Amino acid sequence: MASAASRGARWRSAAFGYANLVPFIFFALFPFYFMLVTSLKSNAELYNLKAVPFWIQTGLITDHYRYLFERTDFLTWMRNSLIISVVATGISLVLAILAGYSLARLRFRGVGAFGTAVFITYLVPPTLLFLPLSQVVVWLGISDTIWALIVTYPTFLVPFSTWLLMGYFRTVPREIEECALVDGASRMQTLLRIVLPMAVPGIVCAALFGFTLTWNEFIYALTFVSQTTAKTAVVGVTSDLIRGDIYYWGSLMAGAVLASVPVVICYVFFLDYYVSGLTAGAVKG
Amino acid sequence: MAVGSRAFEAAGLGPTGRLARVHEWWEQEHVFGYGLILPALLLLACLVAYPFGMAIYFSLSDYWVGSPGAFVGLANYREILGNEVFRQTVQNSFVFTAIALTFKTVLGVWLALLLARNLRFKRLLRGAVLLPWVIPTALSTLGWWWMFDSLYSVVNWTALRLGLMSPPGPNWLGQAGYAMAAVIAVNVWRGLPFFAITVLAGLVSIPREYYEAAEVDGAGSWGRFRHVTLPLLKPVLAVVILFSTIFTFSDFNIVYVLTRGGPVNSTHLFATLAYQVGLNGGNLGQGAAISLFLFPMLAAVVFMQLRYIRKE
Repeated sequence: MASAASRGARWRSAAFGYANLVPFIFFALFPFYFMLVTSLKSNAELYNLKAVPFWIQTGLITDHYRYLFERTDFLTWMRNSLIISVVATGISLVLAILAGYSLARLRFRGVGAFGTAVFITYLVPPTLLFLPLSQVVVWLGISDTIWALIVTYPTFLVPFSTWLLMGYFRTVPREIEECALVDGASRMQTLLRIVLPMAVPGIVCAALFGFTLTWNEFIYALTFVSQTTAKTAVVGVTSDLIRGDIYYWGSLMAGAVLASVPVVICYVFFLDYYVSGLTAGAVKG
Repeated sequence: MAVGSRAFEAAGLGPTGRLARVHEWWEQEHVFGYGLILPALLLLACLVAYPFGMAIYFSLSDYWVGSPGAFVGLANYREILGNEVFRQTVQNSFVFTAIALTFKTVLGVWLALLLARNLRFKRLLRGAVLLPWVIPTALSTLGWWWMFDSLYSVVNWTALRLGLMSPPGPNWLGQAGYAMAAVIAVNVWRGLPFFAITVLAGLVSIPREYYEAAEVDGAGSWGRFRHVTLPLLKPVLAVVILFSTIFTFSDFNIVYVLTRGGPVNSTHLFATLAYQVGLNGGNLGQGAAISLFLFPMLAAVVFMQLRYIRKE
């Protein structure tokens, strides 16, 4: 039985823990709260230096959101982002499943070197390659289209997903595979019917990270596409919503909030996958 | 391989000479192994290795957008190294990376220790902490841009009301020192979750017995942290810090959205300067040379990571 004194100590310790977390949580969440509040506030209040900026006093409005839908290409940007993210992630996943299985499970000469090569490309930051890639995209005749991004995004998705999936494939017991092979299944059948179903959590994880990384990508999308109707949501909001006058903050924040929604939805539903993916390999951060 | 051909027969296709031989060839472990990595390898060769080679070639030529230039040797590098803006960028990059990493490491470990306690709403708290890492950085940086606005800054509004600043307060993105502080703050904000959550995973894997043994030996909470937690956390911390070094050093999004490298180049990093020179200025040769200065840092980190992983 805990004595009153130790219960008091435990209570103090818990209070200490929560009290110290408060500034961190505030720091993490305040920018999002403030963006949301800004996007729902009337211009008159937004640009009134006497008004309290933390909440809405003169009534909540949706004009900034309506502006996005009626006067900008916001929906086109969202559609572009969705197509690019899904297609690029899909292609990358197929390549990464094949390569990851091979590197994690099969024995052949050079497997270690290939693994190292994948790891190194995984560490190459996109900012190192965006200039030559911008020329490659021109030569391929796909610059200024969403294809420029569908083709280049796998360059960082494939190494990342391969690395992540290798870890998951290693956890599948070797005996199960060997049984299947002895029973007469071909190697491809073993991979597709035996190993893949057991690595589903890893594949879901790779798909979620792939979607998030492509949706959030900025420098390639900014560099390879300049035509408004081919832009991604992130670049469209960042570059096309800033108008000549200074009173664009409401619609800018509305765009930033809405363009984050797809990622937030994935995040809310699959939080545990994000946490495990982050800790499974070292993820870019 | 006997197993493979048997499967083939079982599938009812029959051993029709050539096809069966191809199948048998494909079923060999090494052939299958090479076959599976080939697509990924081709992609990486064409879109990572080849562009990397191009970057080196660009940096040795006077290549401008639309006009493939001639080979000029090290002229671009010589010009860059003599350039005041570039030297400023080198200094900025190191200051930015060193300060941001220090904050992320210290605060990250502290936050992980707090999250490792037996808390209610554990999942909710972790979810909240990780959020800045998940939201598109360019978009959340727009929010920070607004928070640092020269006229309507909510940071200044609050600090003025609390009496922490004298009016009108700093123009965050318009003064050199403050702009650097702002850029670092946003980088710490966005990178902290990665540190905290990864270190937390490391913390959870430390066996409880170690702490109990230390307690028996009379170690206080600082002693336990110093002699149990920190040494056992070292491998995780090393990996996280190495990773973050590359991606902090090569950061683009935050600086581009918040300051575009200004005021007067005081926040330019390699990536933003390369963008300005190579794309806005059209001088691909010099731009490529600037971005290649990221390479030594990348090589150093890769070297350390590989040595480290080999040791494991």
